[in-house]
Amino acid sequence: MGDLPPDPEPPPQPTSSRRNSQVSERRRSREHSRPQPTVPGEVQQVPLDAQILRSSREMVSNQINRGWSQGASLTPNENFIFQAEEAQRGGIEYPSLNTGFPSEVQPQTYPSEGRLQASHNASLMLQQLQQGKGNLFQQLESAYQEPRADLLGQYTRYQREDLQFSQGTQHGPYLRDDPVLQFSPSELGFMPFNVEVPEPDPRELAVQNAKAYLLQTSVNCDLSLYEHLVNLLTKILNQRPEDPLFLLESLNRTTQWEWFHPKLDTLRDDPEMQTTYEMAERHKALFSQSGGGEGEQEMEEEVAETAVPNIMEKAFYFEQAGVGLSSDESFRIFLALKQLVEQWPIHTCRFWGKILGLRRSYLVAEVEFREGEEEVEEEEVEEVMEGGEVMEAHGEEEGEEGEEDEEKVTDVIPKPTWKPPPVVPKEESRNGTNKYLYFVCNEPGQPWVRLPHVTPIQIVQARKIKKFFTGFLDAPVISYPPFPGNEANYLRAQIARISAATHISPLGFYQFGEEEGDEEEEGGAGRDSYEENPDFEGIPVLELVDSMANWVHHTQHILPQGRCTWVNPLQKTEEEEELGEEEEKADEGIEEVEQEVGPPLLTPLSEDAGSLRTSTSAGATSTVLRISTRPCQPLFSKSTPAARRSWR
Amino acid sequence: MDEESLLLSLELASGSGQGLSPDRRASLLTSLMLVKRDYRFDRVLFWGRILSLVADYYIAQGLSEDQLSPRKTLYSLNCMEWSLLPPATEEMEMQTSVVKGRFMGDPSHEYEHTELQKVQIKEETRLVSIIDQIDKAVAVIPRGALFKTPFGPIRVNRTFEGLSSSEAKKLSSYFHFREPVELKNKTLLEKADLDPSLDFMDSLEHDIPKGSWSIQMERGNTLVVLRSLLWPGLTFYHAPRTKNYGYIYVGTGEKNIDLPFML
Repeated sequence: MGDLPPDPEPPPQPTSSRRNSQVSERRRSREHSRPQPTVPGEVQQVPLDAQILRSSREMVSNQINRGWSQGASLTPNENFIFQAEEAQRGGIEYPSLNTGFPSEVQPQTYPSEGRLQASHNASLMLQQLQQGKGNLFQQLESAYQEPRADLLGQYTRYQREDLQFSQGTQHGPYLRDDPVLQFSPSELGFMPFNVEVPEPDPRELAVQNAKAYLLQTSVNCDLSLYEHLVNLLTKILNQRPEDPLFLLESLNRTTQWEWFHPKLDTLRDDPEMQTTYEMAERHKALFSQSGGGEGEQEMEEEVAETAVPNIMEKAFYFEQAGVGLSSDESFRIFLALKQLVEQWPIHTCRFWGKILGLRRSYLVAEVEFREGEEEVEEEEVEEVMEGGEVMEAHGEEEGEEGEEDEEKVTDVIPKPTWKPPPVVPKEESRNGTNKYLYFVCNEPGQPWVRLPHVTPIQIVQARKIKKFFTGFLDAPVISYPPFPGNEANYLRAQIARISAATHISPLGFYQFGEEEGDEEEEGGAGRDSYEENPDFEGIPVLELVDSMANWVHHTQHILPQGRCTWVNPLQKTEEEEELGEEEEKADEGIEEVEQEVGPPLLTPLSEDAGSLRTSTSAGATSTVLRISTRPCQPLFSKSTPAARRSWR
Repeated sequence: MDEESLLLSLELASGSGQGLSPDRRASLLTSLMLVKRDYRFDRVLFWGRILSLVADYYIAQGLSEDQLSPRKTLYSLNCMEWSLLPPATEEMEMQTSVVKGRFMGDPSHEYEHTELQKVQIKEETRLVSIIDQIDKAVAVIPRGALFKTPFGPIRVNRTFEGLSSSEAKKLSSYFHFREPVELKNKTLLEKADLDPSLDFMDSLEHDIPKGSWSIQMERGNTLVVLRSLLWPGLTFYHAPRTKNYGYIYVGTGEKNIDLPFML
């Protein structure tokens, strides 16, 4: 029950009324060390009829239980009994109040909640007890009438009591357990039980009605406007914000929100945070695994060269250039890469970058398997696919033949002369575009997924379309011209294109291996391997900035065909030649496939098509000279190569 | 992002890969504070960085008491000396709509465009116009961060404790940080559900084309990041249940016209 019915509040003062309401409600002034200044204001608080009824019922039942027989003495005694009852029931409220006291609003809501519930339970219990007793209702009636008559007297009485409370309140919470201590016999003695008060005058009646209205609770909740205002004003007074008038509305909303969302719920986990906690657990697993790995390494005598790169060092350099993820993110990536290295037989590993997607992003790792470790799974997949294609081809042929047989008599459907363009074979692993293997994951801690090798046709199509990544590898890529593959293939194709176009290094850092015989013989194939130049001395930063000629590509250029090394599609397989010799010869005249040539490895950037395609900016600071070069081509995903890396 | 929480904001917004180098960060911290004092701004936001061929532009904006009043924009090439930019006009926007390509990096550079007659457009004008367009199109603020008082000015809501995790994943909890344009077009039924003190700006939900925002959870679900696909480079981050939010634009200043094809 909201307020302790008997309007006991000394006239105005919302704060004192709050105090009083709290006091009267909880009686054992839990708010002791917080005597609030009284704010003048005429707020008469009128007990709610229903509440009076309830409390009076309770009182009556209590009276019955305790053998009280006084009707008129209900109200004063109500409180005592009520409080006594409450003291027992309000046990929950103690701890919350006694902790974290001043200027904390929450304790106030808890007690009110607890109190309400407590009082509700109490009233319910008592009402059930009362139901059997017929004469009860009559008593109720009488009891109902009495309190109203006693209003005036109660006013004065309660004021006195309040004063006493405010003095007595400084002694601490233990007081509440003992009603006797607080309400000295002398007080009881002063209760004018038999005072007859004339009917309240209209003004007071109006006040009572107003209070009754404020105290009513709606169907939806147990909170009355009165309660809410009390909480709100308490909050304001505790927090003392500047410009409270401006903040009133938001404070109002916050208080309401707090009412419906009690923060303490020790029995149940917050359902909203469930996914967050799961992710945190997963990240924790990342850290604990790495910890275990380190321990093992220490045991071994020699620490083998871990394939995992020093991500943190590189992140530091990138940070100087203004590019990169935050440091803890980089560390998590480092741990995830470590996990990757442990799972697969990896020779070298590098963090390639991050590709942003619509729903999730991809972290890409560039990896080279150890010598001899072939990707068996890949081959199996390929066989399956090729088998499928062959089956389809057979099916078509049979279908055609069938038709021809049937319609031999009538018409011979002309066979279409169109032949799909020959498929350019994809490059072998460790060659050209498939030199490295790529693993992706969505977030550090999630398992790494291997991307399939890229085929030339995929690269060719990827050049023609522009699509966002969704973050799911099996999502279809719906575009025109149609892309042969799903998002994993598209991702792989883009990675190949980016690597080929933007991996650069300073001139001289890499050099070709042993001089091979004749460059001319190899023609466009050129050299496809390089090694670090041990004699590299570094180029001064200013020179690096000024001229593009000081930077070179160290990945092979992808020909328009989609491969790094030229393959003439017409001479692909002997089988085809046998089947369609004549046609091919006829076609040869039409299609003269030229050998495609691309710039050889280690070509300086100045030879790149479109001289303004790269932008260099050098930031000179007192300590650090940094350089970053960015290609200005409209790449669909941002990429920022610097030195010999490419990041996104 | 607010200049007061600059370091934390930069860290949270770093998921997009572009950020600031430590020397720039340090200079920003000092210079923004001086800007705030000199221009008497109520709040200074670090707006972002426009990448150009030679030198990047660093942009800051200053707000007065009323959060929705026109903001003053400043630019700098070295994060130390800031120059005020003129406010954007429609004329500027028309002029710059013909200029394509990257920014040059020199504010006095002039683009030449020949249509009926040769027109020269200064890079500064283009800068102003682009910033204004980006602001109008994709500046984001979460619901509840600002509130409107009956007396007029829009104020920062000091009791904003952050969106809840479920709300944070919905586009409707984010608003455009500009004067509302579509609010009046809502039906009466929709308006009845709105709270006039909080819902006085357009939400992101009805942006055209649909799907032009990518909303993701990062850092293991503790950070929600919105990225605009129309102006690639704009990142908005918010940590649910905390007061941290902000947006930053790091990009080339080019609108992604191919957006409908890319979705």
